[in-house]
Amino acid sequence: MRNEKNNKVMKNTHTIMPQISKEKVRELKLRANEIRTWVIKMVYTAQSGHPGGALSAADILAVLYFHELRIDPKNPEWRERDRFVLSKGHASAAYYAALAMRGFFPENELLTFRKIDSFLQGHPSLIVPGVDMCTGSLGQGLSAAIGMSLAAKLDGMNYRVYALLGDGEVEEGNVWEAALTAATRKLDNLVAIVDRNKIQLDDFTDKMVVLDPLEEKWNAFGWKVLSINGHDIVQIIRALDEARKTKDKPTVIIAHTVKGKGISYMENTAKYHGKPPQNEEEYKLALKELEEERRRI
Amino acid sequence: MNWEYESPRKAYGETLVELGKEREDIVVLDADLSTSTKTAMFGKEFPHRFFNVGLQEQNMMGIAAGLARCGKTVFASSFAVFATGRAYDQVRQSIAYPNLNVKIVATHGGVTVGEDGASHQMIEDIGLMCGLPNMRVIVPVDSHEVRRVIRFVASQDGPFYVRLTRTALPNLTSKDDEFVFSRGTLMRDGSDATIIATGIEVSYALLATEILKKEGYDIRVVNMSTIKPIDKGIIIKAAKETGAIMTVEDHNIYNGLGSRVAEVLVENYPVPMRRHGMRDVFGKSGRWDALLEHYGMDEKGIAREMREFLKEVKK
Repeated sequence: MRNEKNNKVMKNTHTIMPQISKEKVRELKLRANEIRTWVIKMVYTAQSGHPGGALSAADILAVLYFHELRIDPKNPEWRERDRFVLSKGHASAAYYAALAMRGFFPENELLTFRKIDSFLQGHPSLIVPGVDMCTGSLGQGLSAAIGMSLAAKLDGMNYRVYALLGDGEVEEGNVWEAALTAATRKLDNLVAIVDRNKIQLDDFTDKMVVLDPLEEKWNAFGWKVLSINGHDIVQIIRALDEARKTKDKPTVIIAHTVKGKGISYMENTAKYHGKPPQNEEEYKLALKELEEERRRI
Repeated sequence: MNWEYESPRKAYGETLVELGKEREDIVVLDADLSTSTKTAMFGKEFPHRFFNVGLQEQNMMGIAAGLARCGKTVFASSFAVFATGRAYDQVRQSIAYPNLNVKIVATHGGVTVGEDGASHQMIEDIGLMCGLPNMRVIVPVDSHEVRRVIRFVASQDGPFYVRLTRTALPNLTSKDDEFVFSRGTLMRDGSDATIIATGIEVSYALLATEILKKEGYDIRVVNMSTIKPIDKGIIIKAAKETGAIMTVEDHNIYNGLGSRVAEVLVENYPVPMRRHGMRDVFGKSGRWDALLEHYGMDEKGIAREMREFLKEVKK
């Protein structure tokens, strides 16, 4: 990744963080690979959906759902659970895959994604077990996460709240309203993760508005800022650990990622933001590449 | 008429404080208008359960949703124009769609906001909120009813929109009356026609009937506090018994009370009908009572409108 100079997490915390076992890292890499495989199967079966931003977020979701979040799939509404808001709701395929793999509902439901009789709505809805907030209209999830974080503080509960945002999404003004408020209220139980894949629906984010220096903007808004490679399991885990240790301010993790990560023809293009593999050849190639990656892990 | 006037906003603030004492789950949000909306009264008593987020109506509605998702009963207040217009998408996506327990109580509805002018005079909020699935819409008729309505919405799960006016309102109901959700109330019986009004316009409708009485017209007045879901029964009954219906509201005649009543009539019992209110124009600056006179929404204007309507009906 290009952001070596911003790599504060690795540089600052490597020595003080406990070792993360190779087995754990391998397990999470396999989970991310499994999420990506589901994403391809789901959007291809549905002939609809958003693979690009789901694939870029797969490693982050794998770490959240198989390492970080305190949740109980048998009791999705458990009051003390950590909350997660997928603010970039169009990455729903990866989100639902993680939820199903974690046991919130049967995996065979995943292939009903976006179909008329399915509870797996195109964008996250509260009817899906394990979903904490409806999202889809971009820019709103961080506000809901603030509400959850305030509720935790009001009730003296120690659950944490996570929101995953797209980088195109942070073009929405509502995000910066939320950024101001979260810092003002010192919400150290709140973590925002920005999936910085640099591409939005129409084009590269930079062609729309210039977001960089994105880290400096969040820093200026009063957040603890961590910049990582969003496909590096160890870096994701360490950033989340670092966030937990941070007091009196919310943490944002700028996760530098690749749009369409893992599928050669989907990487670094806006074409597959909202389109499934275009034919059986593309579909088979995607699955083949993921299978090859799985064998390498 | 010898009415006692009272501020509906103050009644709202006082009721919030009472509720705050009774229930730990009540939290209140505002967006830098708390001294106007009177949520500041709650904030003074319960600072840890009061969140004034600054000029961030959109963020406020999202935060309200998150608090509600964690079990809080949330009141979110601003002026009607900002609470519904500025934050419409947040209300839609984060509150109405997930059916969360947020009560949007907006003050300063309608043209009676006065001197601030068109930018602050919300005349399309009832339409915006009625169009949202899961959202229920109430316009209390007076300050006594504000107290009952605020208690009622706090006792119910899910989203409500409650619209209050800036100006003091005459108390037309008594302290001990009951609020029955989704029921209109007969304020004055009559046989020649019916005025169905809401909010501040109910008192002017009653005054108009006094003018018309002297001219030999006997006009019924129905107060429609709940706009959604609306009381179909009282509308159809009025249509059957009086044969002509005029609606009056401090709102655009499109998409407000008039439209809701028209829908009921057309589908059930069509009779001649007229919608009265803001006629698809933005308001302007002026004293609130001068504006009502200007737009024909005071007692004289309503009487004039009804007179013309009756002439048409009788032709």
